Amino acid sequence: MRRLPFSPWHLLLMPLALLFVLPLVQMVLTSFMSNAEINQFPPKLIPSSLHLSGWTALLTETSALRWLGNSIVVSAVSVVAHLALCSTAGYGFARLKFAGRGVAFLVVVATVMVPIQLLMIPTYLMFARIGIVDTLAAAFVPWLASAFGIFLMRQFFLSLPAELEEAALIDGCGRWRTFRSIVLPLARPALATLAVFTLLSSWNDLLWPLVAISDDSRFTLQVGLATFQGTRHTEWSQLMAGNVLATMPLILAFLVAQKRFIATMSFTGLKG
Amino acid sequence: MAGLTFALPRTVPAVKVRRRFDVTGWAFVGPATLIVVGLSLFPAVWAFFISRAKWNGISPGVPVGWTNYARLAQDPDMLAAARHTLLLAALFVPASIGLGMLVAVALNQRIRLIGFYRTCIFVPYVASAAATGILASFVFNPQFGAANQVLRTLGLPTQQFLESPSQALYVICLIALWGEVGFTTVIYLAALQDIPAELVEAAKMDGASRWRVFRHITLPELRPVTVFAAVWQTITAVQLFDLIYTTTRGGPLNSTQTVVYYIYELAFQTQRLGYGAAAAYLLFAVTLLLTLGIIWYSRRRGSEVF
Repeated sequence: MRRLPFSPWHLLLMPLALLFVLPLVQMVLTSFMSNAEINQFPPKLIPSSLHLSGWTALLTETSALRWLGNSIVVSAVSVVAHLALCSTAGYGFARLKFAGRGVAFLVVVATVMVPIQLLMIPTYLMFARIGIVDTLAAAFVPWLASAFGIFLMRQFFLSLPAELEEAALIDGCGRWRTFRSIVLPLARPALATLAVFTLLSSWNDLLWPLVAISDDSRFTLQVGLATFQGTRHTEWSQLMAGNVLATMPLILAFLVAQKRFIATMSFTGLKG
Repeated sequence: MAGLTFALPRTVPAVKVRRRFDVTGWAFVGPATLIVVGLSLFPAVWAFFISRAKWNGISPGVPVGWTNYARLAQDPDMLAAARHTLLLAALFVPASIGLGMLVAVALNQRIRLIGFYRTCIFVPYVASAAATGILASFVFNPQFGAANQVLRTLGLPTQQFLESPSQALYVICLIALWGEVGFTTVIYLAALQDIPAELVEAAKMDGASRWRVFRHITLPELRPVTVFAAVWQTITAVQLFDLIYTTTRGGPLNSTQTVVYYIYELAFQTQRLGYGAAAAYLLFAVTLLLTLGIIWYSRRRGSEVF
């Protein structure tokens, strides 16, 4: 590769890049410090040796592993359900003719306007009546499908040429089989975007599970940490260890599949 | 954004049995549609009825008409929360757009280390707002936080940050920027890469300076993205909750209590469901008005986005 001359843009990008990434580095380093080391003055930024007290305290004094398990269950169910339900619905809206299609699609798209703050009170009451408040189901039911997911999949299927499916249909392949064995394999990029979107939103969600779950053993990792922080706000190594647990799975996934994450980010913003 | 345009449905023609087809269509779209509509439209209508009652969720609700809305308009806590929310949006939206555009232009250069820079700048976006808040309360801790350590090293006076009623909201805005700039950067970067290279080349051939190329070619091309970003970031700022919950919980002295936080407290801490639902409807209405305002303004300026 051609050697590029030094560019003044480095003077902007280098400090910014460090500003964005150093707090995360400090988070990891602090999780390996002892509380005495954190509280000394002037503050130290690098641990003198590897202290595991924060991690052992996190794992023994809190149900962090259980919360991690809960988060994994909630995200896994959300992603799988999202992929299955939104791809079928997106295909139906893009390709099939049936009475009420236009209206149904408009109604689905219109729901994007309604914010969670408006929905949380009635949804809580609704979930309380059917008895799923304080269960993991309360956390994943709102993530089973989304208007965004349906919209994304519909747009993707509209962009596919219809000829392939027509050939399969003429050969006597049923709608369902055509969808599963012809269309779905072509939809991998869109499905990956949808999976990343659902993973990020369900894993990082705080407000809704905070409202719907008050039983400590059913907390997701985000709720568990936020609650734990409220009671132990001085035990930093323990808190930072929890933070590492809550952020590292997605950060590692991001580092591995950066292109896919960036494609998803540019499709929509999703943080509350 | 390119992906969000409506395309006309290209349906597969020539299947005769119409009735059977209907069943298949609904079998495909039914489950997801039912979940999405059932978890938004139905609760939204119910929330409206709740907002016109005095109700704690346990004893039967008492219908009170528009009283909740009338009282909200004079509730000092609500007014303060509205002020904080608007201030936050007024700072956050232009800052995230300006910074996002600047960083995107920088990341669009062909220079060394660009992959490293990109990774660093996007990583915080993946971290949850809850974890970001906990990390920020450590970094901005007045006694042993890194922020004050930097100030000390530079010989500047240390600050109280999140513990000061006059600074907390600004610090929260900074933290929100740290977590969200990745998003505006990404959409600007995508838009920059969509600008036809010939346009820029032609202008350069005509002797336009770099700044004039940016001002008269790049900036107009980016306008649709800016409108989208303005709408999106306004909604993000108005709905900010997680960060506030894990940093200040509305304090100190209610200085960071935003409307969403107030709704959460009303409904789930003090069980005033009717009053909380009314506040949520007001917030919804104001967000909608702000969004329509931005779109109206941009249309008048000649950008068709939505």
